[in-house]
Amino acid sequence: MRHALPLIWRKSLERYRLIGCSCENCGTDYFPPRKVCPKCRRKGKIAPKQMPTEGKVYSYSLVHAAPSGFEFEAPYHVAIVELANGVRLLTQIVDSDAAKVKIGAPVKMVFRKIFEDDCEGVIAYGYKFKAV
Amino acid sequence: MTKFGEHWEASFREMVVEAGAKAIADAGIEGRELQAVYGGSMASGRLISQEHIGALIADQMGLAPIPSTRCEAACASGGVAFREGYLSIASGAYDVVAVGGVEKMTDVSAEDVAIALGGAGDQEWELFNGATFPAIYALMARRHMKEYGTTEEQMAACAVKNHANAMHNPYAQYHKAITIEDVMKSGYISEPLKLLDCSPITDGAAAVILCATEKAKKLYPEKAVEVLASSQASDTLALASRQSMTAMNATAVAAQQAFAQAKLAPKDIQLAEVHDCFTIAEIMAIEDLGFFKKGAGGKAAADGETALNAKISVNTSGGLKACGHPVGATGVKQVVEACWQLRGEAKGRQVDDAEHALTQNVGGSGATCVMHIFKRADRK
Ligand SMILES: [Zn+2]
Repeated sequence: MRHALPLIWRKSLERYRLIGCSCENCGTDYFPPRKVCPKCRRKGKIAPKQMPTEGKVYSYSLVHAAPSGFEFEAPYHVAIVELANGVRLLTQIVDSDAAKVKIGAPVKMVFRKIFEDDCEGVIAYGYKFKAV
Repeated sequence: MTKFGEHWEASFREMVVEAGAKAIADAGIEGRELQAVYGGSMASGRLISQEHIGALIADQMGLAPIPSTRCEAACASGGVAFREGYLSIASGAYDVVAVGGVEKMTDVSAEDVAIALGGAGDQEWELFNGATFPAIYALMARRHMKEYGTTEEQMAACAVKNHANAMHNPYAQYHKAITIEDVMKSGYISEPLKLLDCSPITDGAAAVILCATEKAKKLYPEKAVEVLASSQASDTLALASRQSMTAMNATAVAAQQAFAQAKLAPKDIQLAEVHDCFTIAEIMAIEDLGFFKKGAGGKAAADGETALNAKISVNTSGGLKACGHPVGATGVKQVVEACWQLRGEAKGRQVDDAEHALTQNVGGSGATCVMHIFKRADRK
């Protein structure tokens, strides 16, 4: 699939630096950021917030049948990581001994290439996580 | 409905017409009695480069100019189309409508099918980051194994049972019995899910006719199946944003509403068609529907409690796993199977004394769940 440049560029804060948001009315953190707090809706007050870059593996899978753009990485780990503030996200786990990719294992964010479309296409960068 | 399978000889529209004509003939009505059509299709744009499916169905069935509307809710498109048809009659707007579901999946490469199905999940925050649709269910499975001790063999038991049921369903994609060992030996797609834990790529269409209750009781006193409940719920697209990854809240909420509407409890249901796009999904479904305690679904499957005429007969059609999963058609096929069972017409796989049937159709990894409860006609 070929991606238009703005599609990648407009999410660079979130994907490069893990900027999420917090609702100042109820104190809930969200990643990815939301425009509306589902708990408070119109009473909510959403503001950008840096998410913690460390967390623990909540669940994981070793992907053998990879989608296009990821073929050369297979098999690779994807995981749901629970960040230190309790917010969860889906990410790849890289540069880690397979024995260390377990539920509860501590991980930290690293900055990596996610995929490239083709030799003249867009290169997408963003967060992945590695075992610590 | 059409037979489910790889239909290289049949196009999308030919399957629509075959299923639609069979449903009209079964109901013994004339096409001109139909007042509206609701059609479920998930990904026709990506799979056959054709949108505007509502009008296409009316056109090909020779039903124009009646209104014809496409419903899309990923893999729950068929179930949602059925519910829209039901609501249109419940509202008093119509007396007789047709509901169909269709998907043509083998006209493109497996890679293109994977991209199309990926659209059921959260593209921007999960598929983008290297997840696949099987990977998302694998993450749920791993967590279920951790929290409840569910095993890969218990998941495999769902696939084995559904293949056994499909042996007796002439409309099923596979007529091949498999063993736990076959599943365990099939290659990993996304650990812990293996090839034989996953539903296949399928072509197919299914259709039913819905009619207002009083009219139906007059026209078909011993044949019509009554809709006792219709419910639908939603959840976050992204798996990571959910409170629980081992229960589908949309299923739990829809089930609570459906049982309340029908004034029934899980123990009153003799058979359920549940959404086993992956084996772990069947285990979660039988728990979330209240047939088994949370965490006990894997053991129940392995102990044979969901086999034909056991404690509850689950997926007598063969389920998505063995009957096949033409995504937009699946929710309507579940309704067709429920009707056949409640009419006593499910030869070879008939549930004894079936009075109530439940269908549970899931979109994506649980962001939509649509559910119906059916009752057989009163018998003299
Ligand atoms: Zn809030």
